[in-house]
Amino acid sequence: MTSESNSVSPRSLFDKLWERHVVAEETRETPAVLYIDLHLIHEVTSPQAFAALDERKLEMRRPDLTIATLDHSTPTLPPKPDGSLDYATAEAAAQVEKLILNCERHGVQLLGLDDPRRGIVHVIGPELGLTQPGKTIVCGDSHTSTHGAFGALAFGIGTTEVGHVLATQCILQRKPKSMRVVFDGALPRGVTAKDMALAMIAEIGADGGRGFAIEFAGPAVEALSMEGRMTLCNMSIEAGARFGMIAPDEMTFKWLHGREFAPGEDRWQAALADWRTLQSDPGSDFDREIRIDVSSLSPMVTYGVSPDAAAPIDALTPAPRSDAEERGADYMEIAAGKAFSDIAVNRVFIGSCTNSRLSDLRAAAEVMRGRKVKAGVTALVVPGSEAVKRAAEAENLDKVFLAAGAEWREPGCSMCIAMNGDKGAPGELVVSTSNRNFIGRQGKGVRTVLASPATAAASAIEGRIADPRKYLEAVMETASV
Amino acid sequence: MFNPTRSIVSRTIALPPENIDTDQIIPARFLTTTSREGLGKSAFFDWRYNAEGRLRNDSPLDGFNPDEFQILVAGANFGCGSSREHAPWALADFGFRAVISSQIADIFKSNALKNGLLAVEVDPKTHRRLLQSPGETVVIDVESQTLALDDGWQAVFELEPFARHCLLNGVDPLGHLLAQSADISAFEARRA
Ligand code: SF4
Repeated sequence: MTSESNSVSPRSLFDKLWERHVVAEETRETPAVLYIDLHLIHEVTSPQAFAALDERKLEMRRPDLTIATLDHSTPTLPPKPDGSLDYATAEAAAQVEKLILNCERHGVQLLGLDDPRRGIVHVIGPELGLTQPGKTIVCGDSHTSTHGAFGALAFGIGTTEVGHVLATQCILQRKPKSMRVVFDGALPRGVTAKDMALAMIAEIGADGGRGFAIEFAGPAVEALSMEGRMTLCNMSIEAGARFGMIAPDEMTFKWLHGREFAPGEDRWQAALADWRTLQSDPGSDFDREIRIDVSSLSPMVTYGVSPDAAAPIDALTPAPRSDAEERGADYMEIAAGKAFSDIAVNRVFIGSCTNSRLSDLRAAAEVMRGRKVKAGVTALVVPGSEAVKRAAEAENLDKVFLAAGAEWREPGCSMCIAMNGDKGAPGELVVSTSNRNFIGRQGKGVRTVLASPATAAASAIEGRIADPRKYLEAVMETASV
Repeated sequence: MFNPTRSIVSRTIALPPENIDTDQIIPARFLTTTSREGLGKSAFFDWRYNAEGRLRNDSPLDGFNPDEFQILVAGANFGCGSSREHAPWALADFGFRAVISSQIADIFKSNALKNGLLAVEVDPKTHRRLLQSPGETVVIDVESQTLALDDGWQAVFELEPFARHCLLNGVDPLGHLLAQSADISAFEARRA
């Protein structure tokens, strides 16, 4: 502690978050031992970790710092008349059952199928105020960087590491290099955090952030809503970076205030005083720095099978830049030099931990209101959590989607990972608000185009990849909470 | 948790595409398992099987004796995408003991090494050479962090020292963490 307070060299947000959690310093021989404040678990990446505990006859160290939910394998259709759920396979049902049993046995709080707080793990963490500035947060899921939007050190881990955290509440980790991505300017109307993320990934590449922790900064980031900030941090891993973060500010604090697991009134002022120190000091050093001006950004869409194959929707489809992109273009059946608006769409998915929050659904509804999904196109809208679902229904957004001919489902990961039975058919082109356009990610042979909720909604209406800007009359609010 | 690995001598299989993501290595529909065993049959499933679920036998991953080909050489940014440890489990169960690329995604690399699957990043020249001549016998020596080919070609590779220690000695990293429980308690007490 003394060396820390005497130190004159400026420290970045990431340095501060890191230092707070070091149980044992990194040496040449061994990685640092980092303490974990919040461990989020779900059905897919935890069963083998619990089994490893059992094999070694170990108990969980801190079940009280662990929260479980069900999201990946769960059906998004409501229960059948007999109350049972329509699981994709018996294995999926067994996986859900396993998590319920493991949580019971180890005393972990599970936000299960009947819990009004259930949802996609990266949606509910923030929503419940579990996610807080200054915390270390891990989950056996690569999009854990989402929580970095609150000034937390949040990263995805593998199942062996899930076992480590269950047993010791710690993780072995070497400190990554640091990168700052500064977004200058102001976002034009109809252009969102998702478009910023895709533009960044297109610029630095799907491996451009490999080995780095990214801090997002600059006026365009400060102007984003908390939900937009989550979308941006969520996509860090698609640039290869395990960590993405944004310094917390008054908007962050206001957003968290009063949430179930946020510090109560008695501790609120102390928490604020602490959280306000979580900023990169002026003059902080970064191993790499990138600036992107967003003022002339267009809505972005992907045209290949890696998230860095992204281009402005009003440009022509680019020529492949590598063998990999060439193969991507073949798979996608998207030739170079075409207008995106000439590409036919079979299915639209609005959901996932990237874009399934209330503001995302509002943006999609704004486009769909009073319009119809094109005949022959299937549109699926899947809220990120039970709370998002209730809030959307309170605003009648469900009615907007249903009237347009879209489906309104129960919360879950759904077609983002297509392991619960929600998926596209071979050859179909899906415009999706999720985060990965990998071959087969949304079903075998499915061709995925990543986009923002507004772009996805516009594409549903036109049955072609469509620029949402013509449907947006009012100036989009970027800073509403 | 795994046997010590000092060196691997085997022939290579090459998968040149860049950005082979974990959804290719094991499609998500196989992730509903609650076990880590037997995932080899799902490895690269959609590359190996046709729509009717029949083995296509036209991928470099089939039609050879797995005991002879234990080294996978893959295009850059191998293992990107999800954190599913099912990916290295599937590769190891399939019979691979090492993956070589010019770049391997962070989470995949960390997961692989924790399961005794050697993840080796080599310089671009060596990478090209290996991709261009699949089937070569490669000697990977963990101790000296070198890779050697029959004709005398040599390359050195980096290996995180702790992962190297665990591989060489068959040490389970969890043991290392459990041994620090006094420090962890002290940390918790300090923050309480
Ligand atoms: S929505 Fe998709 S990316 Fe997010 S946690 Fe679920 S499967 Fe993972």
